Amino acid sequence: MFETLSLHALQVYWWIIISLLGGLFVFIMFIQGGQTLLNQLSASDQEKSMLVNSLGRKWELGFTTLVLFGGALFAAFPKFYATSFGGAYWLWLGILFSFIIQAVSYEYRKKESNFLGAKTYETFLFINGSVGTILLGIAISTFFSGAAFTLDDNNFVHWSVGTRGLEALMEPLNYLLAIAMYFLVRIIAGMYFLNNIDHEPIRQRTRAMIKRNIVYFLPFFLGFVGWVLLKDGYTYHPETLEVSLVSMHHLMTFLKMPYLAGMFLIGVVMVLVAVFNSVFREKNCCIFTVGIGTVLTVMALLLNVGLNNTIYYPSTTDMQSSLSIANSAGSHYTLTAMSYASLMVPFVLAYIAFVWHAMDKVKITEEEITSADEHHY
Amino acid sequence: MELMNTELIDWSRAQFALTALYHFLFVPLTLGLSFIVAIMETIYVKTGDQRWKTITRFWMTLFAINFAIGVATGLIMEFEFGTNWANYSWFVGDIFGAPLAVEGILAFFMESTFFAVMFFGWNKVSKGFHLVSTWLVAVGSNLSAFWILVANGWMQYPVGMEFNPDTVRNEMASFWDVALSPVAVAKFLHTIGSGYVIGALFVIGISAWMILKGRDVLEAKRSMVVGASFGLLVSIFLAVSGDESAYQAAQHQPAKLAAMEGLYKGEERAGIIAVGILNPDKKIGDDLPAVYGDIEIPYALSFLGYHDIHAFVPGLDDLVLGNEKYGIEGAASKMEKGKIAIEALQSYKDAKKIDDKIAMAEARKLLDEYMPYFGYGYLEKPTDIVPPIALTFYSFHIMVGLGVWFIILFLIVLYLTMANDITRFKKILWLSVWSIPLGYIAAEAGWVVAEVGRQPWAIQDLMPVGIAATHIDAGNVKVSFWLFAVLFTVLLIAEIKIMLRQIAIGIKGGH
Repeated sequence: MFETLSLHALQVYWWIIISLLGGLFVFIMFIQGGQTLLNQLSASDQEKSMLVNSLGRKWELGFTTLVLFGGALFAAFPKFYATSFGGAYWLWLGILFSFIIQAVSYEYRKKESNFLGAKTYETFLFINGSVGTILLGIAISTFFSGAAFTLDDNNFVHWSVGTRGLEALMEPLNYLLAIAMYFLVRIIAGMYFLNNIDHEPIRQRTRAMIKRNIVYFLPFFLGFVGWVLLKDGYTYHPETLEVSLVSMHHLMTFLKMPYLAGMFLIGVVMVLVAVFNSVFREKNCCIFTVGIGTVLTVMALLLNVGLNNTIYYPSTTDMQSSLSIANSAGSHYTLTAMSYASLMVPFVLAYIAFVWHAMDKVKITEEEITSADEHHY
Repeated sequence: MELMNTELIDWSRAQFALTALYHFLFVPLTLGLSFIVAIMETIYVKTGDQRWKTITRFWMTLFAINFAIGVATGLIMEFEFGTNWANYSWFVGDIFGAPLAVEGILAFFMESTFFAVMFFGWNKVSKGFHLVSTWLVAVGSNLSAFWILVANGWMQYPVGMEFNPDTVRNEMASFWDVALSPVAVAKFLHTIGSGYVIGALFVIGISAWMILKGRDVLEAKRSMVVGASFGLLVSIFLAVSGDESAYQAAQHQPAKLAAMEGLYKGEERAGIIAVGILNPDKKIGDDLPAVYGDIEIPYALSFLGYHDIHAFVPGLDDLVLGNEKYGIEGAASKMEKGKIAIEALQSYKDAKKIDDKIAMAEARKLLDEYMPYFGYGYLEKPTDIVPPIALTFYSFHIMVGLGVWFIILFLIVLYLTMANDITRFKKILWLSVWSIPLGYIAAEAGWVVAEVGRQPWAIQDLMPVGIAATHIDAGNVKVSFWLFAVLFTVLLIAEIKIMLRQIAIGIKGGH
């Protein structure tokens, strides 16, 4: 089935999967968003525990998505894996460290003799939610702003600045996406809490939080969209693979592929509708609307930067070293083999949805959090 | 491609060793205990006996504490090939990335999704659904081990690929050759075996401690029966799979096998040194004795390596200097061939630049012929193919010695719990307690044999570690090494303290 596809078609197929994973990952980062809200949305230790336990049943999905994202990039776009992770060393290690401290925090926070104390583990969760999210936003933003690498004739990466990735923190434009993401994942977290925790005081605080955060989110998000659409974009010649700069290339891609633009707009509208319903119509059901909206928006942006002969990882030091899906992907054979493995993805998503539904039928209440017969975080 | 400075390589290796050894402090317990709790929960569901539920939940609590730090230390393993071994990641990413991605799709989601049910689903889903979830966590973690060991096995014995000079990388030619490579399968079986044994040692050790302290004795004895029967079964399985691993090493990594046994001069009908001390002054090619005070098991090495007691087992001298009688090519000759391959690659690139098709074809032909020796071209001297002998030798002997001890221990404990009253045998109980750390030592020693024993290769015969690392100033790697060392140590202390506290609370205390 996949064998008959052209190399280009397989590259596109895999970029779509990466974009889907990217979208799902940003959505599931509501866990990170929620981790920044533990103090703000709770008035007592018990309420805080409700929030932690609510997130605690999902955090591993986010973690796993991050790991799969790494594995899928390695398999499908190994040149990106080698170039970016090896090159932007400290940017990625910073992200990883923030996730390492997250992984123990849920389980260890409330355990006796936990060595560091509950506060430290809560701080770990906050660092992961704030620093982790912003660093990830900056890393994704370098898909648009570029990075300082050169590839030699063996395709081995050489980074031209000693800061090894930290220089991306010095580029103010990278913060547009990073901060927008920070507020977005808090908004999604709010809708997850509304849906998952049956406790009125938390719900009231959550609605107020969403209202404020959408106001903070919009200027950064619109700023990011404006920057991307108006900036020069890197593109490659489909035959020679030669890279050049084209004015407003990302805007042109949306115009040339109206279904992508449509996907993007529908996604944004869904997020806004979910916010409106949560805040003004006081509904608790909007996690799925905002989730699908987020996935569509992020997917559309990633597809924009990967398709239409676009460079998705531009080099600011040697333009011809820039990465596109055409020059960074795995071989035809590997992409074909991986495509068969990808057929498992719908099955995986189905059992995740099934388990999510089975576990969330019963909402989190005060009784559950205080019950001795339950496992708690 | 050029060799990078030694400082960078050493720190990159040190960081990988540190993170991998830390990660493997937690993985084996996840692999083993997941099955043990699944067995316990099955007994609960079958009998309806609440005590079994209490027992299951106690071990599950310890499982969760261990699992969290296992996940934390595992994250870096997925990305470290890129951050610290970028050249490697490009050179073989087309093959090596696939098992990691498949691991993510098939195993990690299964583990993490059903983990939530296992811990939070007791009162939310049916008994049957819960039991299935517990089993799926066990299956998921073992599936994950399979795919990561496929990746590791491929580095030890690269198969199913072709070199593409246009992209300067190896490309996959057969997914099934990679996934079902005999080295990968042997590694998988031996590694999960070690996990099961550690899981069993953990259960009988902690149960023994509870019996010694007179706490929850009935529950502890029941746990011991499950732990010891599982342990006896899997420790024998571990020995069998270890034999297969040694056989694979003999076929594909003879220098590793020679280092494991401190064998310099190859011999027919070679024996295994059961106990012995290496001669520190021994050099390749000299006539000094290699091992002092050794007790040898005759014929065993020939049998282990080649399943034939008469077989010739090459020693390090033969592998470095060559041995015409047995048709073993020396390292110097392989280095020459490797250099031809490297030059052919350069000629190919040069010819391609000026679009000289004939020269390209000639270079390609030469390259294909000498590609199996490619990595040798980067070595500086023939003795570079010799791994650190002392570390490999002693790690191997510690591992095997402990493996034998575990079989004996499980036999005794099982006999005493089933046919006698184990609570009266205090010494055996204490031995069970002290065997918990021994399990970890054996497992880590096993990885030292596997990874130190294959030096200097990142990919056997194709890429030495010296060209595999990321081009980066060594200072960066030093800093990240210490960050990992401090962070992981702090987390380990927290984990152990929490674990000890939960054990002190006891089986019935928690629920």
